[in-house]
Amino acid sequence: MIKKQDKVLMYVGLIPFILIILAFELLPLFSILDSSFKSANGTYTFHQYSAVLQNAFYLQGIKNSMYISFYSSIIAILVSFLGAYSITRLSSRVREKVIMLSNMTSNFAGVPLAFAFMIILGYNGLFTILFKQLDIELLQSFNLYSGIGLIVVYIYFQTPLGILLLYPSFDGIKEEWKEAASMLGATKLSFWRYIGLPVLLPSILGTFSLLFANAMGAYATAYALTAGNYNLLTIRIGALISGDIFLNPNMASALAIILALILMTLTIFNEMMLKLRKGQYDE
Amino acid sequence: MNKKNLKHYVVMLFILAYLFIPLLATFLYSISTKWQNTILPHGVTIKWYGLLFKDFRFLEALGRSFAATSLSLIISLLIMIPTVFIVIVYFPKLEKIMNILVMLPFAMPGVVSAVGLLKLYSTDPFPIAGTIWILVGAYFIVILPFMYQGIKNSLKTINVQDLMEAAQLLNATKAQAFVYIILPNMIKGVMVSTLLAFSILFGEFVLANILAGGNYETVQVYLFNKKNESGHFTSAIVITYFAFILILSGFIIKINKLINKAES
Repeated sequence: MIKKQDKVLMYVGLIPFILIILAFELLPLFSILDSSFKSANGTYTFHQYSAVLQNAFYLQGIKNSMYISFYSSIIAILVSFLGAYSITRLSSRVREKVIMLSNMTSNFAGVPLAFAFMIILGYNGLFTILFKQLDIELLQSFNLYSGIGLIVVYIYFQTPLGILLLYPSFDGIKEEWKEAASMLGATKLSFWRYIGLPVLLPSILGTFSLLFANAMGAYATAYALTAGNYNLLTIRIGALISGDIFLNPNMASALAIILALILMTLTIFNEMMLKLRKGQYDE
Repeated sequence: MNKKNLKHYVVMLFILAYLFIPLLATFLYSISTKWQNTILPHGVTIKWYGLLFKDFRFLEALGRSFAATSLSLIISLLIMIPTVFIVIVYFPKLEKIMNILVMLPFAMPGVVSAVGLLKLYSTDPFPIAGTIWILVGAYFIVILPFMYQGIKNSLKTINVQDLMEAAQLLNATKAQAFVYIILPNMIKGVMVSTLLAFSILFGEFVLANILAGGNYETVQVYLFNKKNESGHFTSAIVITYFAFILILSGFIIKINKLINKAES
């Protein structure tokens, strides 16, 4: 048992942590919540929230964020599903190398990534010129600085993350299951349809929610790529607190709370999926 | 390699090509003299790197990124190791609260926490916006989930409770047991999350740009501010930055391997 004197000492040891958490996590969160309900003259109001719902510009930002996050996450999860499965079929030496390479590129995000894409797919980008010279019409109409362009760049940083998160769950698919299924007359397709996918489903949904959250919260890539001109939820928040004109911290707070609630829901959903997965293994 | 495997190699090859083409193109662009309206560059040069390393502003920005990142990591380690140790060994009931505090940063990406931090710290009594200190505080929270998980895992792998009991049976004080037994044993595990945190913070842009901006220009902010310069020059910055992160990931992998070897 711990002596009383020791216990006091242990509590004292926790003080630095409590202070820094208060100062940089809880108080900022509380301050956002507080100012999201404050009007310009300091009284409490729902004005910001009702303004968001009535303002076509903010609604468009939220819609664009959802749209880009959804499409980039769907494509990234398909690609990383195929990738993660293929990795498990490679020889163990190659497997290690491939995972290493994929992880390596996961550090390539934000401003540097936006610049790299400008060099290859911008107005005078290397590939843009190549497409022109090869006269490929479909690719010539591609505009990096549009919603589609953002989706392409987002897929880039979502894919390595998806592989990293999905890969371990393939361990749950046992080779014996496949043998057993095929002995009972199941085709490969029906194995995946009735056994493989259902077993992997919690991991896939959980990973999808994390990718979606990752894209919803992303700011640097879009900011660097479109100079803040493409309307996203995060870009709106940033512009309202650090733009050159139209500063409105209270409105920024309301938008930030909306974003935080979305992300919290996605994170909790992923936790639930993780628990579901653990439950499967325990049985 | 049989026919079945070939399919999987092709899939991986495509994915890796997609992931590496932007990097490769940026690298080629950074070492070419001129590259316009042609498939291949005119000539090869290292003058962009020369320009970059002669730019005092770049070296300063690099130094600032290092300072902010290292300081955040040191403070995080100094606070988190004792905290997680105390919670796990003496107050396991607090783990639930810890889990909530540690998950919270996932709901607060840079641009969200910047709203609150800017409001709290741009005026008295703590006007630290625009200095390294606001970044250090904000970065502590950014890496909190990774540091907590890393420290917790390494404490659990070394069976911290058993070790503490054994040490105390041998008449060591709690402090002695912690410093001489627990710390040396957990260092390797903590190293991996520290390096991971380092690469996350080194690539951090949002908080650095909004909270400190021009007053404390980090590498990422420097890169952003150079957006109107020649593409060859910015490519050289991107590649230099990436090479640095690459070396770091190399370390992570090495240490990871060492740990796995030690465990098996």
